[in-house]
Amino acid sequence: MTKDECKQVVLDIIADIAPDEDLSNVKPEVRLRDQMQLDSMDFLDIVMELRKRHGIEVPEKDYQQLASLDSCADYLTPKFDALTGKS
Amino acid sequence: MNTRSHYDVAIIGAGMSGLAAGIRLAHFGKKVCIFERHNAVGGLNSFYSIAGRKFDVGLHAMTNFVRPGVKGTPLGKLLRQLRIDRDEFALCEQKQSRIAFGPRGECSLRFTNDFAVFESEVVAAFPAQADGFRRLAAAVRTFDDVSLDAAPMSAREAVRRHISDPLLEDMLFCPLMYYGSATERDMEFGQFVIMFKALFLEGFARPFEGVRVVLRVLLAKYRAAGGERRMKCGVQKISAHAGRASAVILDSGEEITADHVISSIGAPETDRLLAASAGEPTTAAPTLSFVETISMLDRQPAELGWGSDTIVFFNDSTRFDYVRPTEQVDPRSGVICIPNNFDYGADRVLPEGIFRVTCLANYDRWATLPEADYQADKLRWFPEVQRSARRFLPPLASDDALVAATLTTDMFTPRTITKFTGHLGGAIYGATVKHRQGRTSLDNLYLCGTDQGFLGIVGAMLSGISMANYHILQKG
Repeated sequence: MTKDECKQVVLDIIADIAPDEDLSNVKPEVRLRDQMQLDSMDFLDIVMELRKRHGIEVPEKDYQQLASLDSCADYLTPKFDALTGKS
Repeated sequence: MNTRSHYDVAIIGAGMSGLAAGIRLAHFGKKVCIFERHNAVGGLNSFYSIAGRKFDVGLHAMTNFVRPGVKGTPLGKLLRQLRIDRDEFALCEQKQSRIAFGPRGECSLRFTNDFAVFESEVVAAFPAQADGFRRLAAAVRTFDDVSLDAAPMSAREAVRRHISDPLLEDMLFCPLMYYGSATERDMEFGQFVIMFKALFLEGFARPFEGVRVVLRVLLAKYRAAGGERRMKCGVQKISAHAGRASAVILDSGEEITADHVISSIGAPETDRLLAASAGEPTTAAPTLSFVETISMLDRQPAELGWGSDTIVFFNDSTRFDYVRPTEQVDPRSGVICIPNNFDYGADRVLPEGIFRVTCLANYDRWATLPEADYQADKLRWFPEVQRSARRFLPPLASDDALVAATLTTDMFTPRTITKFTGHLGGAIYGATVKHRQGRTSLDNLYLCGTDQGFLGIVGAMLSGISMANYHILQKG
């Protein structure tokens, strides 16, 4: 999986859990919290949807890795690759 | 033999909070079943039909209304967490509501879903309190009301730091207490903040078809997520073993095991299910209950001159006494609800006029009456309650105009509430002690709903969501 594909996975999840947010202009390097109204309940949902849809586990100590789209991609892409045996 | 008698989570009660918890858990793959003793969902916010006519119970208005685009409020959180599109609730806004105090409602404060209207009314009626009121509103806005472990504080004391006129103080407390306080005279400040935001900073709305729209949406989500539901299937006992709930026993005697149990039925009511197995003393029953009169009218209330007010909170006395009355009913204060007066859009009106009045009542004075006396007392109080409320609405063309327009009436009492919801003491807002973290004496048994302490129907749903997240989903 490319990092761009990984970012799209995260954006798709956010689009479903926060349909009232405008995702057309999300800056990948800026913290998600600073660009839209996402609270801890929403971040829990991003983690839960990653597990439900993709079998990806994000332990609580790693939640801060999901701060921006770039950090999501850095953190999650190896996990996706490990799942598909491409690591 | 039921082969599916083990669940990840068993939920007791299919009210707003139980359904919301169920949706969260089922959505994330938990095997969930909701057990409900009644044949209808909704609990304290339900509906029933008599002779083909539908009546709402509970819900006067959905509080916490904010317009699309307003983020970070309870309604927005709820919609996100349950994956509900706000159009599904199809909420229509109130026209205006009022707080009317004095023997004829001489002092009246209007409020709408625009807080500036309320602020200007307060400033006009209480010019000396203007700065204090603004400081209070600012304190409310900045208070962390979703903290699960805040230290309790008296709301009366906190409000008096800003408001020195007892009339304004009582007028602020009246709607907040009537729409959510389980405690007499005072509220916990965190509860006050939740209610102040829900009613004044946010606002009132209602689906055209009432509470059943909300329930229909919740049921559809729950079903789609794979949740199971067993109706007319009450829980009579929770068995405990080594500090954990080991099973729930249904009224039929059937035993259900679950890794987690969430009870939405109230803290003392849950204690009773535990005591049924352990023989321990149960928690004291709640003290506050209500009666409500409902009149269905052959015309729109506007034709009687009652077309402006959606909700009116009234009190005729020098001070506002939010206490359990010694009589069966205390008609001095109460709440009028006219569901026709939401803005349903051009040419869309409810098929009949509805006029509801709620007053404080004493459960004990209703609970033990023989049936004939009970019916007679209902008949006696009905006109008394309506007469009291009418003082706070525009005068009718003639004294018998309301009766002449009435198609049918109904009335619920504290006894009705206990009969249909199982809540002890006819309680609507639960016990006086809240359990913000939802913990009980057993490790895997949690509370949600009124006794967890988020208020109103939006609060009830958020309670179910929060407890499912906190105790089960966050732990993997």
